[in-house]
Amino acid sequence: MRTRRTIAAAMSVLALTAVAACGKEAPVAASDTTAKLPTYTVKTDAKVEGSKTFDEAKKRGKLIIGAKADQPYLGFENVTTGTREGFDIEIAKMIAADLGFGPDKIEFKTIVSANRETSLMGGQIDYYVGTYTINDKRKEKVGFAGPYYVAGQDLLVLKDKAEFTGPESVKGKKVCSATGSTSVTKIKEYGPVDPVTQYDTYAQCVDKLLTNEVDAVTTDDAILKGFAAKNAGKLRVVGKTFSKEPYGIGLAKEDAAFQKAVAAALKAHEDNGDWKKAYDATLGLSGAAAPEIPALTN
Amino acid sequence: MGRLFENGNLALFRDGFLQTVELSALSALFALLLGTLLAAFRVSPVPVLRLFGTVWVNTFRNTPLTVLFFAVVFGLPRLDVHFDNFTFAVIALSAYTASFVCEVLRAGINTVPVGQAEAARSLGMTFGQTLTQVVLPQAGRTVLGPMSSVFIALPRNSAIAGAFSVSELYHFQQTMTDLGYGIFLVFFWVALAYLFLSTCVALFFRFLETRLAVAR
Repeated sequence: MRTRRTIAAAMSVLALTAVAACGKEAPVAASDTTAKLPTYTVKTDAKVEGSKTFDEAKKRGKLIIGAKADQPYLGFENVTTGTREGFDIEIAKMIAADLGFGPDKIEFKTIVSANRETSLMGGQIDYYVGTYTINDKRKEKVGFAGPYYVAGQDLLVLKDKAEFTGPESVKGKKVCSATGSTSVTKIKEYGPVDPVTQYDTYAQCVDKLLTNEVDAVTTDDAILKGFAAKNAGKLRVVGKTFSKEPYGIGLAKEDAAFQKAVAAALKAHEDNGDWKKAYDATLGLSGAAAPEIPALTN
Repeated sequence: MGRLFENGNLALFRDGFLQTVELSALSALFALLLGTLLAAFRVSPVPVLRLFGTVWVNTFRNTPLTVLFFAVVFGLPRLDVHFDNFTFAVIALSAYTASFVCEVLRAGINTVPVGQAEAARSLGMTFGQTLTQVVLPQAGRTVLGPMSSVFIALPRNSAIAGAFSVSELYHFQQTMTDLGYGIFLVFFWVALAYLFLSTCVALFFRFLETRLAVAR
């Protein structure tokens, strides 16, 4: 009895560390990607006329950018080195460079999805880059520049499970996604096991996928690509998207001048090839080719 | 504020609320049973049981509830224990709350004069009978106040289950936020629901106190 309990306790602790590790592991390929990451020339004479956000950032001497911290190769905080890595982070940096802020003048703040509008409206961050889908309801509260990437809902499955070919394959299967996300509502139309398993982070879903307790994880393919790259060789993204998620850069609503400046910066870096380089050095590691760069609408 | 009443939000809210009630009620029931049993263990004459009770209380009372949820939801399946997420949530919440119930009851047991137990023993009652018929009824009445605090905290603690795949009120909040509703609006209704639950529990305990006040 006692040994059993000890084993159980030990296993729980092990499980805990394993789960904790999900969020802490440095991406495997981080070291060899740094070489390929583009560097951005910081503009020294950057000016944005009549922008409150820009003026405040100038006065502060640094930009405060909201980002995600738990999405490998997309928006990821490496806790051991204190650095941020990923495609969204690169987008944030290239825009900052055009606004006259080098990497040493950027402070990243982790903002979870639920608090994005609040922190933009309250001015705690200058802009937000983190799988932020542009939609009308959000436009009532915040401004957007973009889209810089059009993601779509997809499935992440174990590599050897060939029966998953698209969203129709989830019929009667166990699917996992983030708590209360729109991905859950959408996947339900394809008839997976009800209720859909939901955790606060995708890392937890991926953990359940790796231990075979769920059959598929579903959300935007950009996020899934990051996890596929991180667990190299074990997982694959099915590659048949069934929604459109145009990612934009979140901004304060009333600052039109700043919105224009950010959109212009984004356009410039898309045109000079930085966008493509950033993709190849981050999400591209999952083996998925870069999608078309979307036309700016905001 | 009226946005709660559009396109199916109310149904979501209702489902979330009922799930919170169900989760809290079940956990409260199990926590009460388990907590009472643990309290009995801790005052029993059997050293092994006393040790078990002490270890249990110290483990679960000092583990952050989120960590405990992690251990249950992600640890137990690795030991080949598979339940649905709702059951996991009940397990975690009951085990956690039981440790608090146990300690409150034990404090109550200490307020019962030793003479009571001795009298019961001299009438030929067994330890079990002494505890259930003489000591615990008096102890329980004494600690209704602190006990109500434990059970008021329970529904609020149950929100953590929302992060572990139980579609209760916190889950409703996440869903609404993801749909892009204003955070103040969503939190207003969710907070109101929790307030309502806490008030109900508090009133129930007040009613019990007036009915069961100890006349000493």
